[in-house]
Amino acid sequence: MTAVQRDPMALCCTGVEVRLDAKTLLADASVHLSPGRVTAILGPNGAGKSTLLSVLAGQRAPTQGSVTLDGRPLADHGMQALALRRALMPQESAVAFDFTAQEIVALGRYPHRRAPVHDEDAIVDEAMALTDVSVLAPRILNTLSGGEKARAHMARALAQLWHPRPDGATRWLLLDEPTAALDLAHQHSAMRLLRAWAGRGVGVVAVLHDLNLARRYADEVVVLGGASGGLTQGATAEVLQPALIEAVWGTPCQPVTSADGTVQYLFG
Amino acid sequence: MTQRFTARAVLGGSLMLLVVAFLVGAVSGAYAISLPQLWNVLATLGQGADKSPEHLVFLNIRLPRLVLGVAAGAGLGMAGTLMQGLFRNPLADPGLVGISSGAALAAGVTIILGAWLWPVLPRTLGSWTLVLMAFGGGLSVTLLIYGLSRSEGGTRMALMLLAGIAVNALAGAGLGFLSVMATDEQLRSLQFWLLGSLGGARWSAVLLVAVAVLLSCVAARSLAEPLNAIALGEAQAALLGVDVERTKRRAIVVTAVAVGAVTATTGIIGFIGLIAPHWVRMVAGPDHRVVLPASALLGAALVLAADTVARTAMAPAELPLGVLTAFIGVPMFLWMLRRFRGRI
Repeated sequence: MTAVQRDPMALCCTGVEVRLDAKTLLADASVHLSPGRVTAILGPNGAGKSTLLSVLAGQRAPTQGSVTLDGRPLADHGMQALALRRALMPQESAVAFDFTAQEIVALGRYPHRRAPVHDEDAIVDEAMALTDVSVLAPRILNTLSGGEKARAHMARALAQLWHPRPDGATRWLLLDEPTAALDLAHQHSAMRLLRAWAGRGVGVVAVLHDLNLARRYADEVVVLGGASGGLTQGATAEVLQPALIEAVWGTPCQPVTSADGTVQYLFG
Repeated sequence: MTQRFTARAVLGGSLMLLVVAFLVGAVSGAYAISLPQLWNVLATLGQGADKSPEHLVFLNIRLPRLVLGVAAGAGLGMAGTLMQGLFRNPLADPGLVGISSGAALAAGVTIILGAWLWPVLPRTLGSWTLVLMAFGGGLSVTLLIYGLSRSEGGTRMALMLLAGIAVNALAGAGLGFLSVMATDEQLRSLQFWLLGSLGGARWSAVLLVAVAVLLSCVAARSLAEPLNAIALGEAQAALLGVDVERTKRRAIVVTAVAVGAVTATTGIIGFIGLIAPHWVRMVAGPDHRVVLPASALLGAALVLAADTVARTAMAPAELPLGVLTAFIGVPMFLWMLRRFRGRI
């Protein structure tokens, strides 16, 4: 069910394998991601979700296979050029020293420091407002709760990608379990925010654990760690069928339709 | 919430402390010079006519010592900030992790064994020999400590401090071994490495250190912003477009140059690189664009103040400077250990 439309602006990886010493973290992964869509990477623990995300970010070079952006090998873009158009929100990030939440969000503007725009400070403020961390601005990041930290790091990623690129290059927002530490309300507001950014042409790729969030907000899903060890990519509603969920996660699953017509799952 | 002062206030305040420490240091000592006399000396500087005692004392004895103090303090304060930013660790002091003692051991080896091991070296490198050897010693230790304590997501604080203990022990043993072979005169200069002193201030050496520290400070300026990003972790910094490897290489070389040059001339002055950045961060926050220059200014002020006490407290005897900075630095370090114990 691999997406077949060939988009020149896509972020793709083909036959990617990542080995660390003798351990295979990711085997034969091929995905094709299009901008303007929310793609959820799903799978059980240890299936290689974060590894796939770091390969797509250019943070980790695959042992085998290729990664391309706009049809060019990702490594050829250069880390500085990539930093202008690709942000990665980490799963957890220990920050050294007592930086405030605002200073951490402002670091998202680091790649743009050589060519600042006139509203650099406003960007930081607005990004913080979007993830609801404005009131935490003067607090020391390391003293915040897990969910508050996650929202500050999300604001940093948004600040990094704030304006469309003048050369028209597509922006990519990659997030590693952005909702894992968030409360219910913030989970949904974060996902709505990601949808809005995808609506503006940004390619959004998020590792998620919550299948119901994926079902509700993702256009496409990439499921790792199936029984055959393979990878399934496709439209959310098509791929996330009870049979596949039971095969991958080994948990009985019962679809129900919520009041707004979205299918959600009950487990167990 | 945090109460912080603006960059301007912090830099202005540190500069003022430095000026006050400089003036107090200039007027006090075995031969007291009053402020009007000091003004008179400064006003007639370069005219060459006045050869009053205070003139001679100030220009030949006190001023080189003050300049050496400024250079040493600025170099150590700046180097401490760079190490802490690079190690992502507020306890990474060049003295504690053994960079200073590595430089001192290399300098000691040069003094005692240099003429025998490499007779050609002093002739070709001249007065730079000691500085270059100290730089080499400091650089080796920095690389060793970094290699040992580095791990995914930063450096391991405990490993770093333990490696520092080992290097300091080795340097102590090495200098002890050298002292057996040393002549009486060499023995006194070895003692001087271990305790630290500005007493060896001669204009030729002072200018050498001042130039080395000034160049290091200029080179360190471009590292401030990358070090801020590295606080997020090396992987995240790379995603922001920071050339992490290049930043690390530069920070290590700049630190080794500054600490090497300072240690070659003053011996081991501990804890300035720990205290100055820590105090600056407490009032200014951790932004390296402020912490780097302010730590250099505050470090210089601290060394000048400590040296003035060292010269005058038990006059005519002189206290070793390193002993004084340790008296301030060790309680401070223990207090920091308590504060950061959850992260060690």
